Amino acid sequence: MSILSATETKYQALREKAEAKLAPLAAETIIWIGTATCGKAAGAVEVREAFKAELKNKGIDAEVREVGCMGHCYAEPLAVIAKPGFPAICYGKVDEGLVTRLVDDFLINDDPCYEFALVALEPNDVFPTFSDFPRGVYENKMILEQCGFIDPEDIDHYIAKDGYSALAKALNTEPQQVLAEINGANLRGRGGAGFPAGVKWEAVVKQVEKTRYVICNADEGDPGAFMDRSILESNPHLVVEGMIICAYAVGAGHGYLYIRSEYPQAIRRVQTALEQARERGLLGKSIMDNGFAFDLEVFTGAGAFVCGEGTALINSMEGKLGMPEHRPPRLSTAGLRGKPTVLNNVKTFAYVPLIMKKGADWFKNTGTAESPGTAVFALAGKVENPGLVEVPMGTTLRQLIYDVGQGIPGEKEFKAVQIGGPSGGCLPEASLDIPIDFDSLKEGGAIMGSGGIVVLDEDDCMVRIARYFLKFTQQESCGKCTFCRLGTKHMLDILTAITKGEGKLSDLETLRELAEDVQVGSLCNLGRTAPNPILTTLQYFYDEYKAHIEEKRCPSLMCPDLIAYFIAPEQCSKLCNACVGSCPVEAVYTRDDGLKAIDQEKCVKCDNCLKACPIEYNAVIKLSPPALLAEKEGSTK
Amino acid sequence: MLLEGERDTILKTTSAVLAEHGARREKLIPLLQAVQEQLGYLPKLAMEEIAAALDIPAVEVFGPATFYNSFRLHPPGEHQFKVCMGTACYMIGGQIALDSFERRLQIKPGETTADRRFSLDQVACVGCCSLAPVVVVDNFVEGKVTPTRVDGLILSYESNGQKVEQDSQQTEATNTDEAKGEEGS
Repeated sequence: MSILSATETKYQALREKAEAKLAPLAAETIIWIGTATCGKAAGAVEVREAFKAELKNKGIDAEVREVGCMGHCYAEPLAVIAKPGFPAICYGKVDEGLVTRLVDDFLINDDPCYEFALVALEPNDVFPTFSDFPRGVYENKMILEQCGFIDPEDIDHYIAKDGYSALAKALNTEPQQVLAEINGANLRGRGGAGFPAGVKWEAVVKQVEKTRYVICNADEGDPGAFMDRSILESNPHLVVEGMIICAYAVGAGHGYLYIRSEYPQAIRRVQTALEQARERGLLGKSIMDNGFAFDLEVFTGAGAFVCGEGTALINSMEGKLGMPEHRPPRLSTAGLRGKPTVLNNVKTFAYVPLIMKKGADWFKNTGTAESPGTAVFALAGKVENPGLVEVPMGTTLRQLIYDVGQGIPGEKEFKAVQIGGPSGGCLPEASLDIPIDFDSLKEGGAIMGSGGIVVLDEDDCMVRIARYFLKFTQQESCGKCTFCRLGTKHMLDILTAITKGEGKLSDLETLRELAEDVQVGSLCNLGRTAPNPILTTLQYFYDEYKAHIEEKRCPSLMCPDLIAYFIAPEQCSKLCNACVGSCPVEAVYTRDDGLKAIDQEKCVKCDNCLKACPIEYNAVIKLSPPALLAEKEGSTK
Repeated sequence: MLLEGERDTILKTTSAVLAEHGARREKLIPLLQAVQEQLGYLPKLAMEEIAAALDIPAVEVFGPATFYNSFRLHPPGEHQFKVCMGTACYMIGGQIALDSFERRLQIKPGETTADRRFSLDQVACVGCCSLAPVVVVDNFVEGKVTPTRVDGLILSYESNGQKVEQDSQQTEATNTDEAKGEEGS
């Protein structure tokens, strides 16, 4: 190896070109809008157009650009204004009115409207930055660091921020050294199971067959999890670079990103990223003039949760039904087209360039001994600040919910946290001090899963949430294994009966037995983990099941068949018609005496009248069990 | 129940897609995706054509077409309502919104009204949990959807579509509830 190899020279040239292109931007005013899918859903496109129109109308020289997601979902749409002379400032919940105000006050005059600002992005004397908030203290952004701060559709932004330098470094060493670094970092797969990535790679290297594949699993199917989407939409090159490094380490010539079809924007941005990488010689026949050949393409998944399972994913790529196969052989021996294949999750690949750049020891400094690094979660449900968060492994659930997520909104009480999606479990208050890492969560009965976390409060019925996840796995069961196909169906029928008040106490025993049978009788993890939501709710919230069965009562007032809506005559104003107007099925009517009442036969329990009833009356109440109704109605007639 | 001229369109599209992607077994899913992208759904005729071209039994095409969620076997409606059934939406009233659509449109998820004006689907998380419950109407996201809002949405798309009067025997719609649509929360 010479002092400056061909690869290094090539990288230097790329880097200088990217920096030269971006240098003039520092002197310009730029408005960054977060337009990942979540931002767009909240109205980012309208905000972008409003900024463009305002700038044009008022003849201001500033540029509007798009970035990905910063992870602060509660404050979408987000806009960052970088004006020379001021720290870059981020504004949350931007609407057309605020756009006008910002253009007039900040861009034309020099008032940054701090009253609307969310946070400053760089340290300064006037306004706090992310690290001044509790969330910033607990968060440790590794793979999300650049998300929301670089233009995902311009490779030069990534290169200028040290992008692809890890690839240059890797290509300058031997493949074995790359492998040693990943092994040394103990990088565990982020798809949920936590299998060490280095071990997988090594198994492929040992094969005699020289045609090898690298596949990125972006079939993120958990309802309520969107970390992979966000990374692919916000910083696709990080994943691409990780895949190229992996391919170099294992000697693969071709690779695929298996992205689910529900993520059209991620697919588009990854395709753009691949084109740009190809143009700059980062993919193709001789990557960075090193002689190493590798190319990538996108395979659009057709929508099946089970395809997150490796062998099912391979089958679907070959045009077959996405059904799992017996292992062994493992994918590392016989994967796509029967060839040795590395299959890793989006996040696993995203860590690779960082580990190559900063070393295995840097990575192991964060997190716990057995699970080094960070964990990325989509925090949702009853928390004040939902969003995409990245915390060191070993952070407790309590810190995640109360410090990062800012606790439960309203005066409500915490009930449970659902972690790991349909394969995970519900943990109660007593388990909140469990540290988040692959092994501790497993002991607690949940799993790390791919990272969806839903916080539940007193208004959420645990039987119903168990039923929800089971319904999902039951629908997504591919049907290959009898226990998974029929067992989940039976369990679902039992749970449905319980939520309707038609359950028996002996059902709970049957549920436990079925759950164990499905766990041992299923080939893949979809079936093996499907009973987790039921088992954990049965374990921690047995009383709720009992109330549904014995008293026909839903303690959280959520199961439609176990509640009744009632208008309290002493609170009803008589003169207001809000509830009558709100009812979609004309069940609410005015009695002869002017009071409102509900025809229980017609009522569909949609909750609309309760929401419509003005807060000063609060006359609509929910009763459970519905038998209480007779008592109440008796007293008013 | 193909409309006039649909047969020709289907045949033409299918053979064009086959020519572009190549008639290989491994390309089956991309082929089906391409047909659906152009026609909006997978007509039986197109699947039979593809089976013939790949020289496999039709059941090996129907299999994947029904196995994977993203394929639809019914033509999409002019306006598509997709109700989010992600965890956060479900817990906060997604099911209520879905029930409301089913009640008003008289169709089940995955189906299209007889006049092909509306179709109803459930989708997994669309990633805006803070706006739950969410309904995606065509490409616009509607947040915090209540039954009142469902009525309002259907009504607004009905009056926007010009074909309202020529279609008398359409599904039971919101005509009787027009007055209520705008009121409430």
